Amino acid sequence: MSTPTAREKTDWDIPHYAGDHHEELSFIRKYVFSTDHKVIAVQFLVMSLVFLALGGFLALLMRWQLGFPGQPLPGGTLLPETMAPGGIILPEFYNSLVTMHGTFMIFFAIMPLLVGVFGNLLIPLQIGAPDMAFPKLNMASFWMAVPAGLIMLASFWVEGGAAGAGWTAYAPLSASGDFTGVYLGQQLWLLSLFILGFSSIAGAVNYITTVINMRAPGLTWFRLPLTVWALFITAVLVLLAMPILAGALIMLLTDQTIGTTFFLPEHGGEPLLWQHLFWFFGHPEVYILILPAFGIVSELLSNGARKAIFGYHAMVLAIAAIAFLGWIVWGHHMFMSGMNPMLGTTFMVTTLAIAVPSAIKVFNWLGTLWKGNIHFHVPFLHAAAFVALFIIGGLSGIFMASAPVDIHIHDTYFIVAHLHYVLFGGSLFAIFGGIIYWFPKMFGRMMNPFWGHVHFVGTFVFYNLVFFPMHGLGLEGMMRRLYDPTQYAWLADLQPWNVFITWAVFGLLAVQVVFFVNFVASIWTGRKAEANPWQANSLEWSVPSPPPHGNFEAMPIVYRGAYEYSPPDRKEDFILQNEPPRDPVGDRVEPEPQPTGGLEGSE
Amino acid sequence: MNWLLEPSVSTFGPDIDRLYYIILVITGIVFVLTEGLLIYFLVRYRKRPDRRAEYIHGSTRAEVLWTLGPLVIVLMLGFMSKPVWDRAKDPAHFPEDALELTVSARQFEWESYYPGAGGDPDAQDAFSILNRVHVPVGEPVILHLEAEDVIHSFFVPRFRVKQDAIPGRTIPVWFEITEPGEYELGCAELCGIGHYLMDGVVVVQSRAEFDAWRAEQHAAALGGTGAAQLAGSGDLDGAPADGPVAEGGL
Repeated sequence: MSTPTAREKTDWDIPHYAGDHHEELSFIRKYVFSTDHKVIAVQFLVMSLVFLALGGFLALLMRWQLGFPGQPLPGGTLLPETMAPGGIILPEFYNSLVTMHGTFMIFFAIMPLLVGVFGNLLIPLQIGAPDMAFPKLNMASFWMAVPAGLIMLASFWVEGGAAGAGWTAYAPLSASGDFTGVYLGQQLWLLSLFILGFSSIAGAVNYITTVINMRAPGLTWFRLPLTVWALFITAVLVLLAMPILAGALIMLLTDQTIGTTFFLPEHGGEPLLWQHLFWFFGHPEVYILILPAFGIVSELLSNGARKAIFGYHAMVLAIAAIAFLGWIVWGHHMFMSGMNPMLGTTFMVTTLAIAVPSAIKVFNWLGTLWKGNIHFHVPFLHAAAFVALFIIGGLSGIFMASAPVDIHIHDTYFIVAHLHYVLFGGSLFAIFGGIIYWFPKMFGRMMNPFWGHVHFVGTFVFYNLVFFPMHGLGLEGMMRRLYDPTQYAWLADLQPWNVFITWAVFGLLAVQVVFFVNFVASIWTGRKAEANPWQANSLEWSVPSPPPHGNFEAMPIVYRGAYEYSPPDRKEDFILQNEPPRDPVGDRVEPEPQPTGGLEGSE
Repeated sequence: MNWLLEPSVSTFGPDIDRLYYIILVITGIVFVLTEGLLIYFLVRYRKRPDRRAEYIHGSTRAEVLWTLGPLVIVLMLGFMSKPVWDRAKDPAHFPEDALELTVSARQFEWESYYPGAGGDPDAQDAFSILNRVHVPVGEPVILHLEAEDVIHSFFVPRFRVKQDAIPGRTIPVWFEITEPGEYELGCAELCGIGHYLMDGVVVVQSRAEFDAWRAEQHAAALGGTGAAQLAGSGDLDGAPADGPVAEGGL
């Protein structure tokens, strides 16, 4: 068993539990350059919600052009001449929108929300640690993400506009400004992601070290909440994947700037090399964007159903299996790229195989609800919606996993539908649920449940109205990243659908205003939260909301797993992980949860 | 919202469509079962004052069952997909006596190169046309796909053909079309600001019509006439009108 020895150390840089002496911190050290993991989580939250809103706004501009090609955008005259003269979106600006929507959402919204926010907030709290292993590195991680985001944002206003080669930046389009007219914008894009990579790696090192070294006594690996497991495995993926991206980014940057030709064929470069490098990073990245959501949803479903997670060990193994298989499926993004068709077969098999652990997760979530006593609180609703929508996103993935079927749907709106079912229907629903659930641990108050319900129902309805019809558009052959679909006779007939989707996007974004207002207002006016408002089991609920600097009065001792809901020998239907066993003699000895056995206490 | 595919017109198209429908049925069943179960559980096990959730942590038998079930299904899909994939994409399975053309993609147009009547691509009567590909019906055709600047993707939905064109490579694409007609061709890979303007047409003609058309083009290439009558629809804003471009004989 690992034993944190922080309390004996006197070095100011080592985290202390709340009961230890704390010097008063200045405002700057407390809220700006803070080393407190909870403050850093909130900082990441604010940053990524800003980018989430920006990304949504870019999507709206894109949808306007797709729904009403060539018509002036209402209020579009406010945009510079280089983007939308007379309010009409230019094709080069549209390509920047496509690129930056994807970039913002993936790198500056979903990834920092899942990893930056929940990783920072939950890992120390749920393992009973006073803070991260390296609090200063943690601070540096956030303060590297900020300039990365600012550089990315600023690229809209440089000459030539923002990058326009897609978030995948396929070379040679991205490798020379001669093909797009975008020189500096693409270079800033590369630089920004390069810096962000350092931020992610710093975070990952911290998470891995913290989970391995700083778990409270009694908190064995298989007593960890699934959020910690998911974030831990995600951190391993980040640590291994981001350096690959960094290398590829540097190669592309030197192609752009100093005349190397890694990806430019006229001097012996190979465009497919970029795709291999990018997707060798990119597919693990896809799982970085969903695994923490798996953890959050497991937590929320189990809490709502007042029942232990079904098949805890299977859930952990499924996360690990997905993380492993995620490294050997990247070629399915390249079925149509012209790589050897033999490779297509190989990647088809591995890709189909990843459906198995995904199915295991879905069945175990259903098993968790089975014979539960379901409290439909707002976080639970988001988790249930996650399951419903992840099923659709997972099943649509089977179509494209079959390489011959992918011939027809590759690079069409079918893919757009699929990825949004996983990243929005999946990840973002989990994020909304998670923010509402752990809001008291960040701000000490509860978010308003009525407006929470309004936001949930509106989002669920409009979300499906936006993205479900895109399956059909893709099957009809509507290509992705198309500035004006009416240019193609066979797509012109589909225009009513594009108009419909655009109106639905207006609805979807309007509903998000409800969330943002509820979020901001609840920080100051929400109901004050008690320590354990959801009657949950894990360690963060044993301390006040919000927890003090140092989190726990003293090092907690853990007696049981995180999902001991509705134990038969108790009146309450929950029991905190660190609640001492009541009467070890007279009462029944505290149950050791051993669902499948054999794996307990593997340390 | 239509889950049915527009009928394909290539020889391997129906195989792809069959696979699509098989997956549609399987995923459809799984969809109904899982979503149905989800809704049923949400209703059946909703909170009641007198109810307490059961203290259950899992079932090894269930885990084995729902691991093996999906595994068998996806393995089966893999086995069914492989021959269809090989037939459509693997050059080792391409027919031997096919009509061979070169199609080159550039920002933002397609150009099809036809060799001279004797088969020599550099002959005086070799010619090329923009944004159109003429092929005979009922005969295998191999297109050697090239890209001159960035990546494009040759996509003819009705053929169930899609292939990226990569600069620096020549990638063979084959198909055999069963119904004459004019089929729209698009670019499926973001290739720059004119990506949305890369539409074209694949004209599938009877052998006789195709031969007549080709003879006319050969003659035009030699004599430098005949271009006007074949000028295409010219529907691309700012792009050169579709139609033949004299080529070869340098």
